[in-house]
Amino acid sequence: MRFLSARLSAKRRSPLAGVAVLLMGLLFTGGVYTAFTQLSPASASGSAADDQALVAKGRELFLVGCASCHGRQGEGVVTKDGSQYGPSLVGVGAAAVDFQVGTGRMPLARPGVQADKKPPLYDAEETRALAAYVASLGPGPVIPSASEYSVGNVDNEAVVRGGEFFRTNCTACHNFAGSGGALPGGKHAPKLTGVEPKYIYEAMLTGPQQMPVFSDQVLKPEEKRDIIAYLKSLEEAPSYGGFSMGALGPVSEGLFAWVVGIGGLVCVAVWIAAHTARSKKGSKA
Amino acid sequence: MANTNGKTAATVERPSKIGGVATWFDDRLGIATATKKQIRKVFPDHWSFMLGEIALWSFVILLLTGVFLTLWFKPSMGEVTYMGSYDQLRGLEMSEAYASTLHISFDIRGGLLMRQIHHWAAMLFIAAMFVHMMRVFFTGAFRKPRELNWVIGGLLLMLGILEGFAGYSLPDDLLSGTGLRIADGLMKSVPVLGTYVSFFAFGGEFPGDVIIPRLYIVHVLLIPGLLLALIGAHMLLLVYHKHTQWAGPGRTEQNVVGFPMLPVYAAKAGGFFFIVFGATALMGALMEINPVWKYGPYNPAEVTAGSQPDWYMGVAEGLLRIMPGWETHLWGFTISWNIFIPGVVAPGIIFGTVLLYPFIEAWISGDKREHHLLQRPRNAPNRTAFLVAMMTLYGLLWAAGGNDILAVVFNLNLNYITYFMRAAIFILPPLAFIIARRWAISLQRSDEARLLHGYETGVIMRSPDGEYTERHLPISLEESYTLTARDRDHVFELTSGEDENEIPAPHRRRDKLRSRLSRFWYADTIQKPTREEYDEAQHHAEHELALHSGEAHPAEGHQFDGRHDVSGDELRH
Amino acid sequence: MSHDTRSSMPVPGNEDAVAHGGTPAVVGDPIPDPGLSPHQPRPTDVDEAAERRAERQVATFFGLSALFAILFCVAYFAFPLDREQTLLGFSLSNLTLGLSLGLSLLCIGIGAIQWARKLMSDVEIVEMRHAVASSEEDRQDAVAAFNQGVQDSGIGRRPLIRNSLIGAVAMLGLPAIVALRDLGPLPGDKLEHTVWRKGMRIVNDVSGAPIKPDEVEIGQLINAEPSLFFETTPEGDPKVEGVELQQEKAKAAVIVVRMQPKDITPLPSRQNWGVEGILCYSKICTHVGCPISLWEQQSHHLLCPCHQSTFDLADNGKVVFGPANRSLPQLPIGLDSEGYLVALSDFTEPVGPSFWERG
Repeated sequence: MRFLSARLSAKRRSPLAGVAVLLMGLLFTGGVYTAFTQLSPASASGSAADDQALVAKGRELFLVGCASCHGRQGEGVVTKDGSQYGPSLVGVGAAAVDFQVGTGRMPLARPGVQADKKPPLYDAEETRALAAYVASLGPGPVIPSASEYSVGNVDNEAVVRGGEFFRTNCTACHNFAGSGGALPGGKHAPKLTGVEPKYIYEAMLTGPQQMPVFSDQVLKPEEKRDIIAYLKSLEEAPSYGGFSMGALGPVSEGLFAWVVGIGGLVCVAVWIAAHTARSKKGSKA
Repeated sequence: MANTNGKTAATVERPSKIGGVATWFDDRLGIATATKKQIRKVFPDHWSFMLGEIALWSFVILLLTGVFLTLWFKPSMGEVTYMGSYDQLRGLEMSEAYASTLHISFDIRGGLLMRQIHHWAAMLFIAAMFVHMMRVFFTGAFRKPRELNWVIGGLLLMLGILEGFAGYSLPDDLLSGTGLRIADGLMKSVPVLGTYVSFFAFGGEFPGDVIIPRLYIVHVLLIPGLLLALIGAHMLLLVYHKHTQWAGPGRTEQNVVGFPMLPVYAAKAGGFFFIVFGATALMGALMEINPVWKYGPYNPAEVTAGSQPDWYMGVAEGLLRIMPGWETHLWGFTISWNIFIPGVVAPGIIFGTVLLYPFIEAWISGDKREHHLLQRPRNAPNRTAFLVAMMTLYGLLWAAGGNDILAVVFNLNLNYITYFMRAAIFILPPLAFIIARRWAISLQRSDEARLLHGYETGVIMRSPDGEYTERHLPISLEESYTLTARDRDHVFELTSGEDENEIPAPHRRRDKLRSRLSRFWYADTIQKPTREEYDEAQHHAEHELALHSGEAHPAEGHQFDGRHDVSGDELRH
Repeated sequence: MSHDTRSSMPVPGNEDAVAHGGTPAVVGDPIPDPGLSPHQPRPTDVDEAAERRAERQVATFFGLSALFAILFCVAYFAFPLDREQTLLGFSLSNLTLGLSLGLSLLCIGIGAIQWARKLMSDVEIVEMRHAVASSEEDRQDAVAAFNQGVQDSGIGRRPLIRNSLIGAVAMLGLPAIVALRDLGPLPGDKLEHTVWRKGMRIVNDVSGAPIKPDEVEIGQLINAEPSLFFETTPEGDPKVEGVELQQEKAKAAVIVVRMQPKDITPLPSRQNWGVEGILCYSKICTHVGCPISLWEQQSHHLLCPCHQSTFDLADNGKVVFGPANRSLPQLPIGLDSEGYLVALSDFTEPVGPSFWERG
């Protein structure tokens, strides 16, 4: 622990570094604790008793790893000046937990404007337990089943339709190629390439952080799946014209035109006008 | 031959085949008289003289690839259902312009390549015009008698940018439609006439169905025609004035030294055309530009993050982004300063300054001489600093135009970038001006020191009383001449305000301003030494050397300076 | 150049040019012009082996160019435009065509320049400049000719003809301007209105599905359109299509968002413009008209991706950042008899960018 906190505080000069260290410490102890206590393999049966056990296990994990920000009952923590420290998790549903914890966004490494994707701290089973516990706090979106987001056998028409939905609802923040974009105040809309279909689906369903919600009643499950299918088809499609230079639009193109194009051609101009080697014969010092 | 009188043979020798053809043409066109001087016309050799050529050759490439694209492109906003081979868009309603662009990209062999070469060449065309203009500016090549050619160049740049914007709008993809929408907003911001301009341009409300056919004819006929004519005039004036050259031994205001058009420049310039074409072809092969299929067809209810114009519009985009939201509402009318100033007024001021600069500088300097020798940037510190300041401003606005991309790529706060830029465009350019000016003047000082006191040999001498000095050796005659082959600047001095009859001189206030500007412009410039100063310095240096030669140092200095051949040169003992 | 008194050899074909070495000493201060340095030969000028090597080099480049040109043709026919055929993740056709064309062109260029650098004469030539201005004699001749022409025309003596001609040509400017009148219709009040009407349903963009309030969650964003765009006539044709659809869409596109009712601070006049925290705003930025939908559900800020104007949707669409000046127009909404979201009226102000007559 000392090693960990020393490294952290050296790196983070933020006044919140202490909080972050505390969080990490809690997580670490939580992780070790669960590793030692949960030796029995998870049973995937849907019986009530098993669910109870899962929720209980989730609650334990929650108290250790999440309660400091989200409150002991997941009711959220409000700071003295009235601002939200950790939001209430009542009614966010299992899908939100699966997305936040599964992509490593939660638990936060440190408070900041935005929680970024990082390697997850909990394994799949622990994430399931946490999700089950949070779902027990209040009704919310459930984790989608593979049939809802799997794009293995959608036809081309669905891909085209997905493109329409994508350009209408998603490109404004996430860019035409899913390369991500800027938001106010140092936030950003993350890249969509290389993201698992399940998480894209859950993000639309739950609206993590600043992202708006696209509920199933308004953006139907099959429409969500079409969007994912379109994204995946873009990802799989070859880069027809060559290196995409980040697929960020004309800014990177302009940069390459200057650096590669003008830079290269000026070098050629220097070569054309440069004087060739002179013979020693007839030269004088 | 028709005018043979029969007493002598028309030709002494039997003409060669080529000679025969040439004669046939000369009989009808008189080309021999017109070309005899041009065939061996002399062009000076310097890399910076080839920057304009990049622009010229890019333009030729644009014509060639553009013609290829017109064979399939349909400039129509009529709706069709796309049934081509790009899966992700098949079955969608879109304009014919967009569908035919997809057709060129995916169903015509080499079509995507030509589209990409065309787009890269367009980016290079304008970029090369910029660097060429910067070279002309830095070296003072715009001075008399070339002011009008500078103006033609400025017009070419302006037309090139318009041409680029028109081309960017043609494919009718999401980005080009967004660009047109912004153009529509700019038009509407014009006081009084704005809505009429917009309705007349778009044939009604935005987007309408005529803007693409209209822009098409502007893009393939109107502007290219003007560009061709102006490029022709630009080249003719170049030939008439003959190229400028750098000062040096044997290179004077009265001559031009270099290589002949045929064969050397035919090979070098012709070869450069193939190199520019080859480079753009490689860029088209390897670097994806404007992937319209990813943007999707234009839809007025859609937009994408990273909506940006091509680089040459980046400055206008940056200005639009950092401008505070000022609007005036008066007597039931609206003036949108937040759009009108960056979108209409600022470009007008910028281009006005560019076109008028040679005349402004000539007025300040009062210089009416012809100039064919180039100035080194350091020898015109204020001009150099002015362009450096403008480049700084340009760079800042450019960056502001991509502030969202900067925010994403470098993990910065979008809002802070904007706040920073709002201040920086007023602070950094003057700072850059001061730094560049002082820098240029110190370079002039160092030139003067080299000229008068010689170069540093690296040999440290210790005098009998313990003082350490570095031994200097005189620079070569060629270099001395090159350093001094420049004009002296004269500060415009205000003559006494009244003549002997106490009648105030006309234009008093104007002259006062001119004199003040002239003092600012030239007073700090280091002028070349007079002959007396130079001779005195030479004399002093010789004296120094003579003094030192008495001291028993084995090295005279030239052995270590890396600029003399020292093989077989023995150190003195 | 007749006044040129240099004694040097003129260059054949160009009497202005002379071979180097004969530059006159220019009266320069403080150092006189030492004149051009003598020409120094290149290895290829003095060494036959080097010369032959350079010759082979140039020819090799030209040969390679021809080879690449043939490869271009091979690639053109060998690699059909199959979207699946790729090399290194790039389209096989584009890559091979571009590489062969580019290299073929580059090889010609490199060969030609190498030829000029290594083998063509590199003796610098001096060409004398001529005065740019005409001689005084020519000027006088030109002025005299011009005056003669003016004199002959009598334009100075006959002001009636001159003035009526000026008037006639000036009048011709009018047809030139008037003929362009039909470029477009007059604006009229088109910019003031959209297709939104009282009772028109707000439907999902793309799918056209109507929206019930209980389907909209807190933090939800819906990119929406007026239902008119999805309606058809009894014959089955769309009611609005083609250009008209694009033009109306460019004004009528909206976004529907839902926030915690307690977070919303409506103007007194807008108390009843929402339904249980569901508000509807124009999607068209008031700066230069980009469609905006970058909504942050926690801060309630809406960002325009074009120029970063930011609007606070919880606070009547007020501008909180960026170049826009005016708040985002809000569409008053309510419920119809079936419980779907509908507009209560058209927008109460023009949407989109400012214009002169807007007020």
